[in-house]
Amino acid sequence: MTEVTALAPLEDLGGEAQPLLTVRGLTKHFPVRGDLFSPRKTVHAVDDVSFEVAKGETVGIVGESGCGKSTTARLLMHLMDYDSGDIIYDGMKVGRELSLRDLRRAMQMVFQDSYASLNPRLTIEESIAFGPRVHGMAAAEAQLLARDLLGKVGLRPETFANRYPHEISGGQRQRVNIARALALSPRLVILDEAVSALDKSVEAQVLNLLVDLKREFGLTYIFISHDLNVVRYISDRVLVMYLGQVVELGPIDGVWGNPVHPYTRALLAAMPTSDPDNRTQIAPITGDPPNPIDPPQACRFHTRCPFVDTVCSMVAPKLADIGTDGHQAACHMAVAGSGHSRAPGPNAGT
Amino acid sequence: MTNIVEVRNLHVRFSGERTVHAVNDVSLSVAEGEVLGLLGESGSGKSVTLRALLRLLPKARTTISGTIKVAGQDVLALGEQKLSAFRGQTASMIFQEPGLALDPVYTIGDQIAESVVRHKGVSKSDAMARALQMLDVVRIPSAKRRLESYPHEMSGGMRQRAMIALALACEPKVLLADEPTTALDATVQIQILLLLRELQREFGMSVIFVTHDIGVAIEICDRVAVMYAGQIVETGTMREIVRSPLHPYPKGLLASTVHGAERGSRLGTIPGAPPSLSTAPDSCSFAPRCSNAQPRCVEQLPPTVQIGPERIVRCVLAESAA
Repeated sequence: MTEVTALAPLEDLGGEAQPLLTVRGLTKHFPVRGDLFSPRKTVHAVDDVSFEVAKGETVGIVGESGCGKSTTARLLMHLMDYDSGDIIYDGMKVGRELSLRDLRRAMQMVFQDSYASLNPRLTIEESIAFGPRVHGMAAAEAQLLARDLLGKVGLRPETFANRYPHEISGGQRQRVNIARALALSPRLVILDEAVSALDKSVEAQVLNLLVDLKREFGLTYIFISHDLNVVRYISDRVLVMYLGQVVELGPIDGVWGNPVHPYTRALLAAMPTSDPDNRTQIAPITGDPPNPIDPPQACRFHTRCPFVDTVCSMVAPKLADIGTDGHQAACHMAVAGSGHSRAPGPNAGT
Repeated sequence: MTNIVEVRNLHVRFSGERTVHAVNDVSLSVAEGEVLGLLGESGSGKSVTLRALLRLLPKARTTISGTIKVAGQDVLALGEQKLSAFRGQTASMIFQEPGLALDPVYTIGDQIAESVVRHKGVSKSDAMARALQMLDVVRIPSAKRRLESYPHEMSGGMRQRAMIALALACEPKVLLADEPTTALDATVQIQILLLLRELQREFGMSVIFVTHDIGVAIEICDRVAVMYAGQIVETGTMREIVRSPLHPYPKGLLASTVHGAERGSRLGTIPGAPPSLSTAPDSCSFAPRCSNAQPRCVEQLPPTVQIGPERIVRCVLAESAA
């Protein structure tokens, strides 16, 4: 049997210390048509989002619908253009030092809807082999690679290679999507609600697979989910988004163990319990998330925040260091002298 | 305690291009003022069971057998007129997608009032007053103004509240809830769960709550029936099922939960996938995925083992526990 050859991954440039991905000031606004008498409105989908992803880590992104987490993923993949900001992959500015073609080899994405993201007219093997062929691999070689990857994601190639997407289950389809993402030897995989549509027992199988593949291929993940338990399980660091902005970020244990932003606290407190003797008694916040069309001014959370003060509707809080481990939150209460009545005094010790 | 819902040996089969034995020999009961959870994965038959209780399944393609009694009425024997009186007054239902369940061309007030006029025979203005009262009950802010709103003008959480108001307007004895919080954001989901819990107590109604999320079930259910491949495999109090599941399926489900699992550690999984249900089961449906399967599991249907007053397990492994 012929040796399976994969595409060579993009060379590592900056070494361990250089972030694999740096995002600076990423912004995307969608104009929406106003009615006859009102001016044009704007959806602030992603607003000045900055973060870094280190080589080999898993960064979770959490938030409710409309918070911009999926738009962020699509902007990173350049599936849509952004208004402003920089995306830097391993020291190379995307679009300048790194072509889109190379970026899409280095970075791949798995979507929530496993069925919609596969071409229904291609067999599973053809779908997986498609990317490598576009990038210049010979057909026979690409087929071998596809079969090898099917085995790696736990699907026997002799059973599955020639099936069509509608002939397999949702969990199996998601495995195919993961295999297809890996076919280009990416270093970064963006998983956008990739396990959300799966049943719990299947979700656990796919999460185990993701952990194994990360180790085997030395991958870096960006893991987007609304399920905080899953994010805690898989992530090293986490970003909490609210209405297009990052409100808190840091190491998962720090953020989950000591949430600083009232929204993060509310999200965590809103998780259903696992203890029948300790049910939730009070909803942490009331009301629905506001519409991202023309979101609240200054701090976007101030309309739902139980600790709102005058300064919150006047000045937008910036991300500020909470500890020394990269834990940051954008809340006036965390910053001494911000003008919030609950902010630590200027001489506060810690 | 008297049982307000009593289902015995319910079978539901869909025919058409292919046959699906969606519900196979389901028996369950709900006491007055009790919240029963139906917990299961997609295709386990939980929603079909719920819909059978209101006879909402497409008539031409569905074969139902068994008995369903709700508040003393034999639901499967009801004529058209009695059935429409039964729906909404004795039992009513809330759905996962309020955007689809509410009528887009009528205001919220009109929709609630229509149901009140229909069931209570009151005047339109009295019915509107009742609608306003119900919007207050479900805590919709500025209820008076919201009476005039169309569903598309409301947020997801508000629409779900409006649907609850509509379902409860005629004070049904039984509320059937089909994943009513699944489509909602986390911070909204918990609000709706707490609201339902409070209204259930206030109205003293019985609830059957269908969900795939064990956390949600814990928040709202007293008792839970775990479904797999169209059958109830284990029934018990919420505490019993969470703390000491006996059937290997709920055992596996609880082991596969990521809640509290150490980061990156291996999660327990149930290998394989549920069966296709194209034929009626003649052996244990879970046996192909079960690590403790014995020869007789694939030869005959599993026994129904009564463990405690409210604990029923359909598994040979439970026989030693009985």
